[in-house]
Amino acid sequence: MKLTVAGKNKEYADGITVAQLVELENVETPQYVTVTVNDEFVESGSFAETTLKDGDTVEFLYFMGGGSATLHQYRSID
Amino acid sequence: MAFTNEQLERYSRHIILKEVGAKGQKKLSQAKVLIIGAGGLGAPAALYLAAAGVGTIGIVDADEVDLSNLQRQVIHTTADIGKPKVQSAKETMEAINPDVTVNTYHTFVTSENVLDLIGDYDFILDGTDNFPAKFLINDACVMAKKPFSHAGIIRFKGQLMTYVPGQGPCYRCVFKNPPPKDAVPTCKQAGVIGAMGGVIGSLQAMEAVKYIVGAGDLLTGWLLTFDALKMEWHKVKLPSDTSKCAVCGDHPTITELVDYEQAECDMKK
Ligand SMILES: [Zn+2]
Repeated sequence: MKLTVAGKNKEYADGITVAQLVELENVETPQYVTVTVNDEFVESGSFAETTLKDGDTVEFLYFMGGGSATLHQYRSID
Repeated sequence: MAFTNEQLERYSRHIILKEVGAKGQKKLSQAKVLIIGAGGLGAPAALYLAAAGVGTIGIVDADEVDLSNLQRQVIHTTADIGKPKVQSAKETMEAINPDVTVNTYHTFVTSENVLDLIGDYDFILDGTDNFPAKFLINDACVMAKKPFSHAGIIRFKGQLMTYVPGQGPCYRCVFKNPPPKDAVPTCKQAGVIGAMGGVIGSLQAMEAVKYIVGAGDLLTGWLLTFDALKMEWHKVKLPSDTSKCAVCGDHPTITELVDYEQAECDMKK
């Protein structure tokens, strides 16, 4: 079936779940990703029960902080 | 207030735009924008807002300029190392444009001070680097009915969205709760390409200017993401139903501001 994943046309096996797609797409920190299907949120606990269908549009929304490390942050890593 | 000849010349490239004009430039000169964080995002945003002639710019940051900041925090110079970032940012902004009044707040944002900080301002820019601050700023802006630009940058990626009260989802609508500390890379050695702050911070300034002059469409209801390695932009439509949100929804469960636990590396010395 055809899916639009993060704006790109993709071909996946019929009837895969959101949880399977998260794995197939190598989603980073999957337990903290926000997923929408056709502009609706998928509850974070129900990825495995949410089956995708042909033509669905799926988006992954990621937490993004600042990426800046100040001196004491840098020191805490050394 | 009429513009002086010098101001007409300084802002001529704005005034000539039909979306700005003298009217829009006047709105900018009367506007008050608060930038929280004088770092990778806040630095370029502050430069453009000062250059644009935003009349009052507030800047909040508790840190001092450090050598490792200079790779991306373009408002500070090598000579500023050791100086409070807010002071260094103020000096640069005033040097760019003496029309601008800069208010400095040498402090962290907390549940105690955030409402006071944002209270005087028309538009807020979140340029912080940690999730507790991002959720705090979101919740405070929702409660105080203040529009704000959220942004994040990491490695070669960046994203931003704009919240305007009553016109679309807030940050918490999308991301619900802060991730547990250290669960998502932020301050750990993830790194960020310096120019990413310039790209995304400039877009935050762009949203502030558009909001003030009333031009075009804002990123309300959209998350704009950028991947510099692939040189790809992607505009994600956010669900428009905000009714169930814990802070901006119909029956909010968050009615007081909370200070979430900071990741260890974000804590005060
Ligand atoms: Zn909300």
